[in-house]
Amino acid sequence: MIEDEEIDLLLNDVFEIYGYDFANYSRASLKRRIIRLFALDKFPSFAELRYRVRTEEDYLKRFIEEITVNVTEMFRDPSFYKVLRTEILPVLGTKPFIRIWHAGCSTGEEVFSMAILLQEANLLKKSLLYATDLNPSVLEKVRKGIFPLNQMKQYSESYIASGGTKDFSTYYTANYGQAKLNEDLSEKIIISTHNLVSDSSFNEFDLILCRNVLIYFDKDLQERALKLFDESLGVLGYLALGSKETLKFSTIQARYKQLDKEKIWKKTM
Amino acid sequence: MEENDVKNRFKAVVIGGSAGSLSVLFEVFPALNPRLNVAIILVLHRKYSGDSSLSDLLSTKTSLPTKEIDDKDPILPGHIYLAPADYHSLIEKNYSFSLDVSEKINFSRPSLDVTFESAADTFGPSLVAILLSGSNDDGTAGLKTVKEAGGFIIAQKPETAQMPYMPQNAINNLEIDLILDSKEISDFINMLNQ
Repeated sequence: MIEDEEIDLLLNDVFEIYGYDFANYSRASLKRRIIRLFALDKFPSFAELRYRVRTEEDYLKRFIEEITVNVTEMFRDPSFYKVLRTEILPVLGTKPFIRIWHAGCSTGEEVFSMAILLQEANLLKKSLLYATDLNPSVLEKVRKGIFPLNQMKQYSESYIASGGTKDFSTYYTANYGQAKLNEDLSEKIIISTHNLVSDSSFNEFDLILCRNVLIYFDKDLQERALKLFDESLGVLGYLALGSKETLKFSTIQARYKQLDKEKIWKKTM
Repeated sequence: MEENDVKNRFKAVVIGGSAGSLSVLFEVFPALNPRLNVAIILVLHRKYSGDSSLSDLLSTKTSLPTKEIDDKDPILPGHIYLAPADYHSLIEKNYSFSLDVSEKINFSRPSLDVTFESAADTFGPSLVAILLSGSNDDGTAGLKTVKEAGGFIIAQKPETAQMPYMPQNAINNLEIDLILDSKEISDFINMLNQ
């Protein structure tokens, strides 16, 4: 059994040595991820895990990769993408230029879903999609745009449920169990590390998507991230969160109006 | 178990179920004391449907306030919380929920084991965990953790379960405190209130 105090010591090491601050992550989820890694890598004691994290920078990379959750999919919650397609993109399309930020994008499935929507609306050419995550190794996967082929059947179903009318397989080339997404989808994607815990606003956006990322933060850190999004959104810009996340308890809420059913808010002032 | 042992000992009841568990809940819920003062946390395997109709349906069966969990919702006595589809539901030390979309466990998200284990860590001996009908292995490992943390574990009587495999698996592998049918489950939960 791993004690909470041991977790504190480990997280403190990670912060002091490497600068990654996990103190305000949701503790229940983080603890479960650490226990999982401890079992996965068969450490004889917690002290050994701590020593390895302290002394091996390569292992720190694995540690960050494993304790952060990098499960994502294309067109997750098709009804959400349907609203983007039918209500948000037509509004953004009236602008000369569209800037979108995927904060905490992980391996990029949602970024490519957005690129497909923009391409179908004939808006991709005047758009820029910023894809950021704290974890450099997941961003490598965004750069490659290669996903497991066995996921594509489900993605295709979600794509259709989101209002897509094309043959989804025209968006990728299958090869050795992998699906490589078309290069033209990547052309407008800008990839960079960005940590919502410690980094600041870096641009002004028309749409910020941060779905199922805030669930890993405690309320204080959620508030910090939401303020950061607020500073990074132009007036009449949109903020999209995960289906179980909310602005309800945030100080920024007063300036935002939620669209009907989906977790999309419009900045009103 | 003597009635005196249970008075004020328990803060939360986590109920886990899979195939065949809904009919049990439809019997248990109407029989619950409307002034219950423990929290009930419900984790059910179900296919993602994109709406919250199951919590609406369950709320018609009880006068206790029933809601599907949103991230960071506080856990209040006398409330019933339903784990949302396609998320794991975890419990923080400050008695609130955190959601998680990490890998499926036992082919399931929500996984019963994840919530049982997390609830055991927070509630320790003040937790009751109940495993209902189902046809897979989920729940047994979680009940074991609940028991090790000093909590109380219950399995549905397999002969009353539409899918006896899941509670039977727990009974075969663990020292279950009580094996109950649906009427006895509602009686037990109401007794926590005395």
